[in-house]
Amino acid sequence: MKVANKIETAHSPAEIPNDWFTWKETDKEAAEVVSRPSLSYWQDAWKRLVKNKLAMAGLVFLVLLTIMAIFGPIISPYTVDKTNLPNQFQPPSGDHWFGTDSLGRDVFTRTWFGARISLFVGLMAALIDFTIGIIYGGISGYKGGRADNIMMRIIEILYGLPYLLVVILLLVVLGPSLGTIILALTVTGWVGMARIVRGQVLQIKNYEFVLASRSFGTKTSRIIRKNLIPNTMGPIIVQMTLTVPSAIFAEAFLSFLGLGIQSPHASWGMMANDALGAILSGHWWTLFFPAFFISFTMFAFNVLGDGLQDALDPKLRK
Amino acid sequence: MEKILDVKDLHVTFTTYGGTVKAVRGVNFHLNKGETLAIVGESGCGKSVTSNAIMRLIPDPPGKISNGSIHFHGKDLVRLSEKQMRNIRGVDISMIFQDPMTALNPTLTIGTQLMEGLRQHKKITGEEAKQKALEMMNLVGIPNPEERLKQYPHQFSGGMRQRIVIAMALICEPELLIADEPTTALDVTIQAQILELFNRIQEATGVSIILITHDLGVVAKIADRIAVMYAGKIIEVGTKREIFYQAQHPYTKGLLKSVPRLDLQGEKLTPIDGTPPDLFSPPVGCPFTARCPFAMEVCDKVYPGTTELSDAHKVDCWLQDERAKQLLASTANN
Amino acid sequence: MLKYILKRLLIMAVTLWIIVTLTFVLMVSIPGSPLNEERGTNETVQKNLEAHYNLDEPYHIQYLLYLKSIVTLDFGPSIKQPNQTVNDLLGRGFPISFELGIVTILVAVFSGIILGIVAALKHNGIIDYMAMSLAVLGISIPNFVLATLLIQQLAVKYEIFPVATWSSPAHMVLPIIALATGPMAIIARLTRSTMLEVLTQDYIKMARAKGLSPWKIVFKHALKNALMPVVTIMGTLLAGILTGTFVIEKIFAIPGMGKYFVESINQRDYPVIMGTTVFYSAFLIFMLFLVDIAYGILDPRIKIHKKGGES
Repeated sequence: MKVANKIETAHSPAEIPNDWFTWKETDKEAAEVVSRPSLSYWQDAWKRLVKNKLAMAGLVFLVLLTIMAIFGPIISPYTVDKTNLPNQFQPPSGDHWFGTDSLGRDVFTRTWFGARISLFVGLMAALIDFTIGIIYGGISGYKGGRADNIMMRIIEILYGLPYLLVVILLLVVLGPSLGTIILALTVTGWVGMARIVRGQVLQIKNYEFVLASRSFGTKTSRIIRKNLIPNTMGPIIVQMTLTVPSAIFAEAFLSFLGLGIQSPHASWGMMANDALGAILSGHWWTLFFPAFFISFTMFAFNVLGDGLQDALDPKLRK
Repeated sequence: MEKILDVKDLHVTFTTYGGTVKAVRGVNFHLNKGETLAIVGESGCGKSVTSNAIMRLIPDPPGKISNGSIHFHGKDLVRLSEKQMRNIRGVDISMIFQDPMTALNPTLTIGTQLMEGLRQHKKITGEEAKQKALEMMNLVGIPNPEERLKQYPHQFSGGMRQRIVIAMALICEPELLIADEPTTALDVTIQAQILELFNRIQEATGVSIILITHDLGVVAKIADRIAVMYAGKIIEVGTKREIFYQAQHPYTKGLLKSVPRLDLQGEKLTPIDGTPPDLFSPPVGCPFTARCPFAMEVCDKVYPGTTELSDAHKVDCWLQDERAKQLLASTANN
Repeated sequence: MLKYILKRLLIMAVTLWIIVTLTFVLMVSIPGSPLNEERGTNETVQKNLEAHYNLDEPYHIQYLLYLKSIVTLDFGPSIKQPNQTVNDLLGRGFPISFELGIVTILVAVFSGIILGIVAALKHNGIIDYMAMSLAVLGISIPNFVLATLLIQQLAVKYEIFPVATWSSPAHMVLPIIALATGPMAIIARLTRSTMLEVLTQDYIKMARAKGLSPWKIVFKHALKNALMPVVTIMGTLLAGILTGTFVIEKIFAIPGMGKYFVESINQRDYPVIMGTTVFYSAFLIFMLFLVDIAYGILDPRIKIHKKGGES
């Protein structure tokens, strides 16, 4: 072998003390240690969600809205259905913060009452869709074969049904009320969730890492907790978050058509409908408050859903 | 020998939300005309980033060539504008990618994709472009080229697609071809055919090749020289013979021992323990220290200088220091 | 391909049959049977109804006769408007609604795609940020809210546009903006996200390695791939626009099918509700079918798949 003829380095070798040329204590463990602290899936997702300013703003808005939906009607001196005709179309003032409507009802009280309806309808729809979707999609994906085939055909047919038309039809038959609205919204609404769950289940079945963990003798509960949930819950949670605004929209839309919550109760869609005539005469506040809150609630859920989608995507983990 | 490419002190960094990744940390190498240089290393060692840097295809942001030069025929590619670079890509330097399944656009015909580079860079008629495309299809060994030009990528097998990708890369007759893991995604039998094709093409066109791979079997078949990369640095470079038979760096030796060889039956395969260091905060000393069976105190503290063992053979390792040799000798005596 | 079309046609038929049956159930399950003892209907109407729905027959015969009348596109008389059939209303309202819908789709698709591409190309830049904020806002504001806001601002306050009816191009501007904003925002977001994904694909890197210009890379290599998902959601968007016409036509007093439909709901004019629902459903299902076929034509991979007769 040729003798080394030249050594270049930032430190010339002569500067290196001779006693550095001793064997290093071998530290096998150190070689295996990953140098960055590893965060759990949920910690990591939360960290990323917090960094998303828009999503956090949405979350804060929704928390405040929920608080106001609960306490708003309580702290207000007015009731939701108390009409006071001489007092109609009062602009926002110290007495009526959001003004009064065509029947002299307090818009402030009615707005928070509407928030209750909207949030309740949205959350119930999401929850029911989730439950049915998990069961149907889970069975379909898990069973596979013929059962899956038949169940998917059914989904395909339901998916082809025009959603709002069916909802309208059902409400015409059942008569409008809070319960029938939620029922009508979920009768075909669960189909989307079922599809996603089925897709996730099929994916899990094919994951090599599931097979791998099993062959290492990992406990089933651990496989579910560490592997399955992080890899499959993401799209399901996102779908739930996005079901809420679409249900809120549907409720407002139906109320606007006169098929939603009935007077004297209040819902944002109904308030917007009542305000239609009023804005032409310049009573902007009757429209502004329900319109603002419908839009911003949907906006908040949408940006939160987007944020969750980014935060929960295992592919984006770094 | 004429140097067509000379890379000096290349640094590439990526800024992510978790911090800055120093993916390539001062890489030096050159390429002679008509030769094949293989850059070998584990995944994540920076070999693909190096090849993308030559093409100036580092996505910016988050990536950035933060220092160094890449001289191609005397021009420093790092300093060229994007527009000037476009006239080099595909014409003077071409690139082929790892996975032929994704390297072809599923919605365009093979013919369109083959000819578009040609029509972009050379003033020729459609008919001439088609003739050239047919010629290339023949060169890379695709039967019924006339008919195949009208087909879509999904109508081809993996091996055939890689042949098309190669034809696409060579259609403007580039001087330099960068092949990033060209056989990794293929079946073993197809791999051999594609490697054979590389040899044939090099004979026919005289193109210089930079081959990025982690597979020493591929290297043995077609490389002239080999550069071994670890944690963003080239730690040893030499001719194929020098690397295979006189490897000096413990990492290179480890790499060679972890590959099954038919000629040394019965010899045990020894994996290299541990994992490469995190490039968010690379160690100051030799990055291999933590996994090195010959690690000394000095290795952790200072990065070793380059020792030239021959014209071609260079290694970055403290074991080349006289004092380390004494230490080795005394240990052996005990 | 033929097998695929046949399969789709079968599913379409089943879906339609479900809708028709639902409407029949609606008719017989309304408390007090509106068709039999509708208060305040005059005698001619009552006679027409009896003739059309064969109310003296048992339910299963009624059902079969109802199916037959649907198949022959005879949707029967209206309760509330004497001497008017549902077909009369459809004939008057549909052309207007169709015009509104088509223009809305064109506006939404073109502006949505352009916005999405620009946002993707200027990824993380100020334009991207603004376009996407606008898009989320567009998705979040319900069309009826947007419509009323537009009327209040642009028609009542500043009087730039006329406020109601469908008599000139100026009358069409506000309803189309109100109806197109939501779908446009959805298309823009989808185009942006698929475009971003497509731009990281190896074939785009390959195209760059060939030295193609950014313009060519976007329009020749990326766009077609990025638009495939947009085609798949067209069905949902069409349904949204269609139901959107109900409220938009109501708000802007446009004499289209949607307005009649909303009126029929409010007046509980059941034959009109039934007939319009069936007509809307058939129209929508047919559009979904066309979208599916279009997708098959756009993507070369699917065509071959079907030639193989696998699905």
